[in-house]
Amino acid sequence: MPLYINGIGAISPQKTWGDEGVLLSAPIDYPNNYLACVEPDYTQYIDAKHLRRMSRILKMGVAASTLALKEAEINIPDGIITGTGYGCLEDTGIFLRKMVEQKEQALNPTPFIQSTHNTIGSQIALLLTCQGYNQTYTQEAFSFENSLLDASLQLSEHPDQNFLVGGVDEFTGLSLQIQNRFGIFRKTVGSSLDLFKTSSSGTLPGEGAFYFALSGKKTKQSLVSIDVVETFFKPTKEELLDGINQFMKSHDLKKNGIDLVLAGKSGDNATEILTDVILNEAFGSSPVGVFKHLCGEYSTASAFAVWLGARIIQYQHVPPIILDKPINTSVKNILIYNPHFENYHSLILLRSC
Amino acid sequence: MKARVHIAGWGVISAIGNSVPQVFDSLRNSSGGIAPLTLFDSVHTGVLPVGEVKLGNAALAEILSLPVATPRAVMLGIHAAREAVKNSEIDLKKWRTGLISATTVGGMDKTEEFFKEFLIDPKKGKLRNVVNHSCGKSTELIAQDLGIKRFISTINTACSSSANAIALGSRMISAGLLDIVVAGGTDSLTKFTINGFNSLMILDSKFCRPFDASRSGLNLGEGAGFIILISDKVKKSEGIRTTSYVSGYANTNDAFHQTASSPDGRGSFAAMQQALEMSNLLPQQIDYINLHGTGTVNNDLSEGTAIRKLYGSRPPRLSSTKAFTGHTLGASGGIEAVFSLLTINQQCVFPNLRFENAIPEIGITPQLHFETRLPIHNVMSNSFGFGGNCSSLIFSRSDN
Repeated sequence: MPLYINGIGAISPQKTWGDEGVLLSAPIDYPNNYLACVEPDYTQYIDAKHLRRMSRILKMGVAASTLALKEAEINIPDGIITGTGYGCLEDTGIFLRKMVEQKEQALNPTPFIQSTHNTIGSQIALLLTCQGYNQTYTQEAFSFENSLLDASLQLSEHPDQNFLVGGVDEFTGLSLQIQNRFGIFRKTVGSSLDLFKTSSSGTLPGEGAFYFALSGKKTKQSLVSIDVVETFFKPTKEELLDGINQFMKSHDLKKNGIDLVLAGKSGDNATEILTDVILNEAFGSSPVGVFKHLCGEYSTASAFAVWLGARIIQYQHVPPIILDKPINTSVKNILIYNPHFENYHSLILLRSC
Repeated sequence: MKARVHIAGWGVISAIGNSVPQVFDSLRNSSGGIAPLTLFDSVHTGVLPVGEVKLGNAALAEILSLPVATPRAVMLGIHAAREAVKNSEIDLKKWRTGLISATTVGGMDKTEEFFKEFLIDPKKGKLRNVVNHSCGKSTELIAQDLGIKRFISTINTACSSSANAIALGSRMISAGLLDIVVAGGTDSLTKFTINGFNSLMILDSKFCRPFDASRSGLNLGEGAGFIILISDKVKKSEGIRTTSYVSGYANTNDAFHQTASSPDGRGSFAAMQQALEMSNLLPQQIDYINLHGTGTVNNDLSEGTAIRKLYGSRPPRLSSTKAFTGHTLGASGGIEAVFSLLTINQQCVFPNLRFENAIPEIGITPQLHFETRLPIHNVMSNSFGFGGNCSSLIFSRSDN
């Protein structure tokens, strides 16, 4: 059953909130080796007395939820579903550090309370007094996909309801230090926008906070529909190709006939080999756009792709920064194929409505 | 009416036993599992009462043939999940099988070890101790052990996590997306959670006394509980006998406070009421409630108030089994689902240990002794958590 997107709140390394101007017409370049969110002045969205205690991920998540509800013209949703790969890293790090440094003595409980993954979704519920369904998924790069799947189950049972569904992740100084030691990120980068112009091992870390106001029925606010979500865990190349082909067949998609494929290429030359084979064999001559040079690689990066895809369909404008050669046809369907390192692969189909 | 989601097996490990038969013996003999902390070096070691699984990491790794660096929550999860699968006698690979697990700590025990060295020198600390940090990674490792690839998911809604895993599994089978789901959760004791709850001043320095007037906090515990959910089609074609099915579930939010429950228990009341609605049962048709019953002043008063609102002065038999196991956080919904299924399977109810006097504001006396030969048809299991997350599950007896 399709989910209709009626509003989006997006906080990302690009300017994706407030007056966006022409979609990604002035992409922000990051010369350092990470892409951090462009954050708004939170006092516009969150009461100062709440703001004081919130970590960065909570501020970003709450602000994104507020923006999504405003665009959808909804006061209180019927339920809130949040996907987060690593949860509230800043508060987790603070509590761990203090616990070690203070030898388990005289610890402030606030970072502990705010360290649980469900803090983001429950903080939104608390501020809205939303007593409905509240759920948090944390399956690395399926966290946002699982959230969409849950929303489609909920909304097929109750099509008149509205759900807020998000993908939220932050990085911290500590998390970057640790992840860098695994060698998954590039050591030196001159320009994040040139991620795909140089062949190298490793990708760029990113982060983002997205909430989507979804309904089971089309409304006058509906921008685009999310038709289907599929996940593939640790597939072999053959299993993945079979899975994608079946997906295409059952949703009436032609190999060379997708208006736009948004591919979660990461720039890491080892994993790109498989990604390129898949793109070529599964989607043929359909135009392929990329997005991780704009948001970085992180667990819920597919939420950035859903925002991007929805805005492309809404404005009928494909920003040149995501393509090699421009496309001039109208974009009615967008297939997001998001590989995340070796084990996680997902498909999300967007259609104009 | 929707097709039933049947329960074909269960597995558990906790402070009161490493398998379903062991746990059942402890529950029958009123033999609790709380004792002073021994698992790791901490300022709380030897002093703070907790519900430890009585197997150290080395013993668990040997029994399971896993590397000893495996996070404890993963080993506990694999231990319980393997028992559940074995108990079901189903070949999971023949069907569209998913694993929906829940955890709040994931690999935190190993991350703590990593941090000791890492904080002194960021180039130090063994990476193998932090590679399995995330909650999702624990589910990956359990899935790999069970050979499940089709669908994996992890839920972290604090203390209600694994109840939500069971609900999602049931919904996915009802919707025809999967045939079999291994659903439940796992959490191990860690310094992080012990110190976190201690900083909140809600740990009892003595053995916890859920639903008692003198209660003054919870004891933390650890363990894992998984159940095997199957569709009608699997049941019929495999010719499996089952004794119970999932008849209702609900998830609500109290939206009152980040860590405290509302005085009137509005979230827990709504969860119980909505689960009853879904199961088409009247409150009076519930024969036993496995309470969330943590032993904190706030939770038990709030949950008790919600039960009074639902039942007046005549609630069904009810007990908190957390006086046996401690509060196992993200695993509690899975462990207590297994306990609830045992009451249906064995037609019995379990006692609420250490109860002396009813909480004056609510006047509820829980089940005091193990009692058997009871007609247990429908049971409710409550799980509430930080962030206002409230979930209730209802399991019902079937005769084929």
